[in-house]
Amino acid sequence: MSPSDPRPDMAAQIPHLRRYARALRRDPEAADDLVQDCLERALSRLHLFRPDSNLKTWLFTILHNLHVNDARRRGRRPDDIPMSESIEARAATHGGPGETLKIRDLGRALDQLAEDQREVLLLVGLEGLSYKAAAEVLGVPVGTVMSRLSRGRDRLRGLMEGGDTPALRRVK
Amino acid sequence: MSTPKTVDQTSLHAFVDGELDETARAEVEAWLAGHPEDAARVGAYRGQNAGLHGLFDAVLDEPVPERLRHAAIARPARAPWPAWARIAAAVVLLFAGGLSGWGLRDFQAGNDGVAKSFVEHAVGAHLVYASEVRHPVEVAADEEAHLVAWLSKRLGQPLRAPSLLAAGYRLVGGRLLPEDGRPAAQLMYENTAGNRLTVYVRAGRKGSDTAFRFVSEHGVSAFYWIDLPFSCALVGPVPREDLLPIARAVYEQLDKEPW
Repeated sequence: MSPSDPRPDMAAQIPHLRRYARALRRDPEAADDLVQDCLERALSRLHLFRPDSNLKTWLFTILHNLHVNDARRRGRRPDDIPMSESIEARAATHGGPGETLKIRDLGRALDQLAEDQREVLLLVGLEGLSYKAAAEVLGVPVGTVMSRLSRGRDRLRGLMEGGDTPALRRVK
Repeated sequence: MSTPKTVDQTSLHAFVDGELDETARAEVEAWLAGHPEDAARVGAYRGQNAGLHGLFDAVLDEPVPERLRHAAIARPARAPWPAWARIAAAVVLLFAGGLSGWGLRDFQAGNDGVAKSFVEHAVGAHLVYASEVRHPVEVAADEEAHLVAWLSKRLGQPLRAPSLLAAGYRLVGGRLLPEDGRPAAQLMYENTAGNRLTVYVRAGRKGSDTAFRFVSEHGVSAFYWIDLPFSCALVGPVPREDLLPIARAVYEQLDKEPW
């Protein structure tokens, strides 16, 4: 282990990688498999990590790439477990009945989003990545992150408030 | 108090996500005070973030499964202590400094003979061809696909021309060269100032691999390594600290799996 060995810091990132993977994959086992692949990949590519770059961003990039490759192999959706199923169980432990209903709706609404919007929303809104870091993770320009975020949030809002997007309702 | 500037939708998101500086933040706040619809939007976005945390934060409190804790510390079983680790360690040493003036003649036993001969060929080829005005390469970069296919065939290994655009160098082209009766390839790069770098490559030899090494001679610097599938030298009239990141980029791209 050299003085700049990032492995201890890597271990500290595991809970965050797990949270993000869980939000992407829903199924806890599948999510942890993804995290394990990510950590193994990261270790085997440790020489590619630049000490002056951000470890969290690097790890999330690897996780994202593995997720995309996996999803491509299996078809568009990463998993067939409906969001609402795992959500309802979890939501029951958070807050009162009103709170539960809201959270379940958010879970369902999130499920309706396009994968690329969902990922941005999770990276920025849940993991607290800067736009720049999210752009790096996803391999897209910052402008793309911002437009996906904007579309994703507005769609989510439409879904939660009316069951549909405002844009669609206006068409009728 | 002045009238608030018009605030666009992008700024509302940036406001929620803490991407604004203090001035811009104050402007958005002033705007929101007079625009309840946008204030409702911001409230909704914040609610979404809070909702996401409500859904998934419980994962943070779960104990980390043993298999993941292990995966973050241990090297995967399928990858024994490989050449890159030695190379990475050597890079760290070179970064740390203290090895300046490390010359060709300093090499002593074992693989050093192979390495010395290799880098001498690479530096020699650089000195001969990089100064060439009319015929620096045999096949130019506009035929890159052909160049790469041809060199791969002659080297007996799938080669690709590393992209050094990030460092400001574009591919000029390449040529085939003899090295002790075996094929070697030289790829040439040039920046807008007309400085040329060459990447000298030949198929690696099993058992003779070395760490990342540096040499400075005849007015040029070179980083080189003897490895599988390729042995490679990056040569150019560039100081070591500028050459090192480029050498790393070359190494990464010649390595099997890009990531």
